[in-house]
Parts: sequence; structure tokens; C-alpha cells
Amino acid sequence: MLTRRIIPCLDVRSGRVVKGKKFENIVDVDSPEILGKYYSDCGADELVFYDITASNEERKTSLEFVSKVAKNINIPFCVGGGVSSIDDFTDILRRGADKVSINSSAVKNPDLIKEASLKFGAQCVVLSMDVKKNEKNSWNVYIKGGREKTDLDAVNWAIKGVELGAGEIVVNSIDEDGMKNGYDIELLKRITSVVNVPVIASGGAGNMKDFYDAVEYANVDGILAASVFHFGEIKIKDLKKYLKDKRIEIRI
Amino acid sequence: MNIIIDYGLGNLDSISRAFKMVGVETKISNNIDEINNANSIILPGVGAFRDAINSLKNMELIPVIKEHVDKGKFLIGICLGMQLLYEKSYENGEYEGLGFIKGNVKKLDIDLKVPHMGWNNIKFNKNDEILKYINEDDYVYFVHSYYVNSSNEELVAYTDYGTTIPSIVRKNNIYGIQFHPEKSSEVGANILKAYGEMIK
Repeated sequence: MLTRRIIPCLDVRSGRVVKGKKFENIVDVDSPEILGKYYSDCGADELVFYDITASNEERKTSLEFVSKVAKNINIPFCVGGGVSSIDDFTDILRRGADKVSINSSAVKNPDLIKEASLKFGAQCVVLSMDVKKNEKNSWNVYIKGGREKTDLDAVNWAIKGVELGAGEIVVNSIDEDGMKNGYDIELLKRITSVVNVPVIASGGAGNMKDFYDAVEYANVDGILAASVFHFGEIKIKDLKKYLKDKRIEIRI
Repeated sequence: MNIIIDYGLGNLDSISRAFKMVGVETKISNNIDEINNANSIILPGVGAFRDAINSLKNMELIPVIKEHVDKGKFLIGICLGMQLLYEKSYENGEYEGLGFIKGNVKKLDIDLKVPHMGWNNIKFNKNDEILKYINEDDYVYFVHSYYVNSSNEELVAYTDYGTTIPSIVRKNNIYGIQFHPEKSSEVGANILKAYGEMIK
């Protein structure tokens, strides 16, 4: 059986892994290649690296860390942040990443999803979206690292992204990011019920049950978290055992 | 020497590094003389079947690969590289493959999500040296939308995902691996290690 994936997320700024709350109050954690190797050895199924300031400062992902990570690990990993062209995809994949995630640039230029998917295959193209709930009980997509609201509805954007060729959807909840109150189950459930590609939950993990809930109640394919792993509050080995004991298909 | 054939597709460094980690030196090359002298060749591949086979054709690599196989030397095809070993692929059309193994490549027509992407377990169909350091039901990393459809004769290991997917095949000294051993952590490393011992 295909397993659910446990995915540590490493936000990279100026070549260092950092972590904040609600996309602010950033603290330094470690170097991407050292933390990447550590997680790979601990049993992580996949890693995601985001250059978190890239879009805002309108600069390209500083790609040096990608090659270093590729040299250090033998599990798949995805890189995002500041990706805005086919050339960016080519660069990142050449350096050894398996997938590339696009966020703000996909909102501005949806055709990029299509072009990248045709050129590299849907499995390489991850549509990542930062979302926030509004008063009307739906969710808006935000761009530029959560700083700018758009009119896009998160569920519709997920559907559109898959139509254009995205092979995976990552849903980052701005409300829940770093808050440790659990994933946004309601939104995730709506998205997993309408798209036929893997959906990854992101933002809000505080304890092991939150991971279980995302799989059990929202049927997500992967569960992504940062602070609970970086600060050692949840050990990947313990988490995997916990999920397996609860009869979730997991790689031990 | 083990040559990883460079025909312009995909990142070959990860395969080269994965072999190196288990003590097997490889060289990435598309030089015909070097391939001629290789004791083993590794045929990687990501992307579309048509592009891959055309690229092999244009670089005049097909005769040299066939000659290598005819001499009874080892060849391992990984992912799309495995699919290339078969007679024909129906990926966006109909394309002729290298034809070393009887059978076709067709799209995963299943109720589950396609591509088949992520960690899945493998079941053993028969004993083979390549399985020496791994166990049945170990997890390996897959990314593919097409799979090979052939007789059971070559089947070494398989994976269930809506249908039975051949995950490791062997015909004489030719191996095909549908998943990515270079991305499959310890289990993948142990498969490459076993292969490394065979080609010594």
C-alpha cells in the first residue's frame, strides 16, 4: 500500500533554515544540508525547502543549498520560493531536487504550471498555496509570503491548478502556521474531495494527534510540519510508530 | 567500469552518488568507446518515452547498448530506463523500445491517483541476488504514470497499486527497476549494493 508521507518543511533564508510564527518572528535553526540529512536519517519520507523571502524581495532562490542537500540525502525533496520561470525549474531540478513548488508566480502566471508540467512532467510541479479564512467561511489565496491577499478562492484555485497540470497541492494555512492548534481540517477536506492529485497539509501541527486527524478526517496524502520537528517536540520515529499503531499506512 | 548513460535527460548525479555510497564507482558518459568497454551500464530516465528513445537514437547509442547486451554484460534500467527495455510503449502514441524484454508499456488505468507517487512496498515473486539485502514488504520510492505489461517470466518483485506493477524484472543479465533506488533511502542503497556485487 502507498504510504502517507511525513514531510519536514525547512524554510530557508540566506542559506539558513529558520522558523517563525504566522510567517513572522523568525528564528535561526540550522543549515539546510545538515538538517536535511538529519531528517532523512530519522525516517522522513520527503523534504520541502522554501526560500521564504524570495518572492517578496523578488529575487531567485539562492540555489547553492539545493546542490548541497542533494549530495547529503537519498530521499526525494522539493524546492520552492521565488520560482517564476521554466529556467528556474530547470536550474533547481538540475541541482538534484525532485520537485519544484510554485506559489505567487503561479497566481500571477497560471500558464507556468502548464508549461512546467508539459516539460518536466506533472510529478515535478507542486502548487503551493498560502491561504487564510475570510468572514464568508471560505478561504482566500495570499501571495508574496502571505503578505498580499488575492481574490482567488482556495478550493477553486486547487481545482484550476490541477487542470493546468499541477501534480501535487500543498495547502499552507496562514491562520494556523506555527500556532500548534492542528491543521485546517475543514479546508483540507474540501480540497481532497475535489482534486485527484496528492494533497499535503501544512501549518498547525502541535501534537501527534493533529497528524492523525489530517489523514483520518481530511484524507491528506502527506503531512508537513516544521517547528515541532525542528525543536524536537515530536520525533519522526515516535510519530511514525504512533500513526502505524493507529493503522495508518506508514513507512517505518 | 560502470557507465551511467548520459543521453540528455534527468539528473544523473543522484544515481551516481547512490552507487558511490555503497562503494560502486560509476562514470556518467555518452562516449561510445567508453560504453563499449563498460562491464555494466546503467540506463536512467525521467520524462517521456518518445523523447528518451529519440534521444538514444539521435546519439547513436542504441547499437552500442545492444552489443553490450549481446555480450552478456550487465545492464540496469531505472524507471523510464526500465520501460525502454521493452518492445513498445503506448505513452502518448506508439513508440518502439529497445525490445530486450517482451511486452509493452501502458498507462496506469486505475481508480487510484496517477502518477503512482510515493513510498510503496514490494512483494517478491522469486529469489534473486538483487534482493539479497532487502526484505519483502520493504518500502521504496515510486514516481510513474506508465508501467510494463509483460509475462511473469522476468518478474522478480512487484507492487500492488490498483493493479500489479512489476517493480523489479530480470532477463539474463538485464535488470529493470520501476522505482527509484537512488531515492529509496537504505532499501534502495541495499539494492544497488547487491547489484554492485554482481558486476564485480
